[in-house]
Amino acid sequence: MTTLAGTRGLIRLILRRDRFLLPLWVLVLALLPIETAAGINQFYDTPAALRELYGTITGTPGLLAMLGPVFGATLGAITAWRAGLVFTVVGLASLLTVIRHTRSDEEAGRRELLGSTVVGRNAPLTAALLVTLAADLVLGAVLAAGMVGLGLPATGSVAYGLSVAAAGWMFAAVGAVAAQLTDGAGGARGIALGALGVAYMLRAAGDTGGSDSGVGWLSWLSPIGWAQQTRSYADERWWVFALVVALVVLLATVAFALLARRDVGAGVMAARLGPATAAAGLRSPLALAWRLHRTALIAWTAGLALMGALIGSVADSVKNMASESSQLKDMLERLGGEKVLSDAYIAGAMVIFALAAAGYAIQATLRLRTEEEGLRAEPVLATSVGRVRWAFSHLLFGLLGPALALLVAGLAEGLVYGLVVGDVGGEVPRVLAGALVQVPAVLVLSGIAMALFGLLPRLASVSWAALAVSAFLVLIGPLLRLSHWLLDVAPFSHIPKVPGADVSATPLAWLLGIAVVLAAAGLAGFRRRDLVSTA
Amino acid sequence: MTATPAIAVSGLVKTFGPTRALDGLDLTVNTGEVHGFLGPNGAGKTTTIRVLLGLLRADAGEARLLGGDPWRDATGLHRRLAYVPGDVTLWPSLSGGEVIDLLGRLRGGLDPKRRTELLERFDLDPRKKARTYSKGNRQKVALIAALASDVELLLLDEPTAGLDPLMEAAFREIISQERSGGRTVLLSSHILAEVEALCERVSIIRAGRVVESGTLAELRHLTRTSISAELSGPPTGLAELPGVHDLQLDGTRVHLQVDSDKLDGVLRQLTAAGVRTLTSRPPTLEELFLRHYQADEPAASGNGRRQEVAR
Repeated sequence: MTTLAGTRGLIRLILRRDRFLLPLWVLVLALLPIETAAGINQFYDTPAALRELYGTITGTPGLLAMLGPVFGATLGAITAWRAGLVFTVVGLASLLTVIRHTRSDEEAGRRELLGSTVVGRNAPLTAALLVTLAADLVLGAVLAAGMVGLGLPATGSVAYGLSVAAAGWMFAAVGAVAAQLTDGAGGARGIALGALGVAYMLRAAGDTGGSDSGVGWLSWLSPIGWAQQTRSYADERWWVFALVVALVVLLATVAFALLARRDVGAGVMAARLGPATAAAGLRSPLALAWRLHRTALIAWTAGLALMGALIGSVADSVKNMASESSQLKDMLERLGGEKVLSDAYIAGAMVIFALAAAGYAIQATLRLRTEEEGLRAEPVLATSVGRVRWAFSHLLFGLLGPALALLVAGLAEGLVYGLVVGDVGGEVPRVLAGALVQVPAVLVLSGIAMALFGLLPRLASVSWAALAVSAFLVLIGPLLRLSHWLLDVAPFSHIPKVPGADVSATPLAWLLGIAVVLAAAGLAGFRRRDLVSTA
Repeated sequence: MTATPAIAVSGLVKTFGPTRALDGLDLTVNTGEVHGFLGPNGAGKTTTIRVLLGLLRADAGEARLLGGDPWRDATGLHRRLAYVPGDVTLWPSLSGGEVIDLLGRLRGGLDPKRRTELLERFDLDPRKKARTYSKGNRQKVALIAALASDVELLLLDEPTAGLDPLMEAAFREIISQERSGGRTVLLSSHILAEVEALCERVSIIRAGRVVESGTLAELRHLTRTSISAELSGPPTGLAELPGVHDLQLDGTRVHLQVDSDKLDGVLRQLTAAGVRTLTSRPPTLEELFLRHYQADEPAASGNGRRQEVAR
């Protein structure tokens, strides 16, 4: 077929461009559940302990909402539950990969260059989909092999690996459709991420009541729900995979049909015209930065606020659970917090908020690098805008953006939790404080990104590695009983578990100080260095 | 003409790792002139301009721009100049009009009347989002933003690379106007016809070094005249004459190039054989250019094969 000409070459090109990124997410996402299984196996080493844990989980709507349903009192089933976020994250990675190699290329004009060679009209989308689907399958295979290696049943492990791959497949297809809709990659990502968010929310709402509740059907509206409803390690339901394949085929057909109808570079949704002249306010680097950052700021703030509301709505049910589930109590207390289980749950969830906000902090700060590499810094710096002023206009969003997102998330969570327990006035400040104490640690990540940008611009993306290491230390580190010296490397380890613990200003002041020094070093470095472009 | 040149660069060196992008570059652009900065891709034109803009820091040598230091006085100097990059990328979500206004304002204001005029002249729809613009249209956005600003110096880096011939003509016309208006322009280009049409003085850059600089007349004087003639009989001894290059003999038809100061000897030899027709053409910039760039290529000359360097 001529419309597919050149697909093989494009596949090689994608593999070459993503030779680090692709293996990285495949391996990390495969190793995460394997690590989790090893951890659970260590602490809950008898069937009785696992049964108790199972009882605790099924009686805790908050946990079910956050991670999904649990289908059995076995190591495999509980691992699949505990690593429940993997289904969402693999979906995220898959849709981003597809959009990156379709719409982003088209927007950047690279697609045009390829289109003039012997490359069929359907080849780029086909290649992007094939690579992503194959990566998902490899992920599933590694995962299944790892689980079998830990001594888990082979049938369940295969089902589990396939279910994770299935989540990736469905959202790769969602990404393929989204990539046809808008003429910008940002818009396409927004649509696909929105779909992923809705899928997560539907599943979370549907799973809160456990398997027998009246709202369970909501989970069946969500592709993430489907992936989990395959019930790995617990009487697998293989027919659900038929649904998955049907959805993937349907979405891919839609994507190719849309592709056939549109021009290269254009989206199905018509591009709107902009104003012929700039608004009076668009006259400073800060005004430009606001234009460039506002969508992300609103999206992150709204996303964290939604997550806050969700956690606030279920936090109260945590303390109502069976009191004899001492195992879970231990687990939650290890995750953070001393006093009440609800507090511990809220404080534990704050770490997730902080990590998400840190991701935003890095993304917003590294916008500097994106602008520089994209040669968009050059025309601005060739005007009478000084380097520090330009850099600061973006850095401001890297510092204040995540702080604002945490503030709003804390407010939303406190408000909803306060409404549930009937004490809005009392709970809002407590929960809000829990969100705000995270800010200094988050800002350290902004500082790291800024310092790398200013001093070692080519290594700026190492900031993400800093976040990954921090996340690993603060989430998995305590379970692995790593030494304190090591855990203290992560800025988040120094944050008091609020609500519950006392707040001492010293570590927060230190973290703020470190963030300021890093950011200042970055600004000073950027003032002195050459502008670096890959072009 | 004022005493201080708009741009004065001497012995500029800039290395990127192992590559020496600028290797002792000298460049002088006088106030009020349109100066052609000629060289193929990778010769160092863009690097020079980036140093002049304070975007890169030179490793050695001296650069003065409008009497100031391009690195230390960057923001002050940038108020007095406008820059059009060779590779114009814009913010995809902003409209062309917004980008023009933004860049103009960041530079210190732009003339709304001139803006409207230029939009019309370049036939650009300012309401379109930047992501929908073609390369040529992105270039127009940067050009309009630069030309509508009230500045002393224009730094243009291959500004017509994406424009169609109609727009290129418009560009030439506008630059001619700028010249009579007294603005200084550094026009980096590899389009020789453009430089020949617009520039009073030219600097040719090769491997990070200016190899030739002067007015077009001066440069021509240093070079070869090309001669085609039809003779009554076969000529003799042409090949042995000093200063003769690229000799082609086809019976009684002769084509050759000769160093301008050796012209006399060649004409004597031709008239000796009897001249029927004779055309003599001063060297084009292209030939000048090729002479510098073919120096490395072994045995490329002799058969008169031409290389298409410029478009």
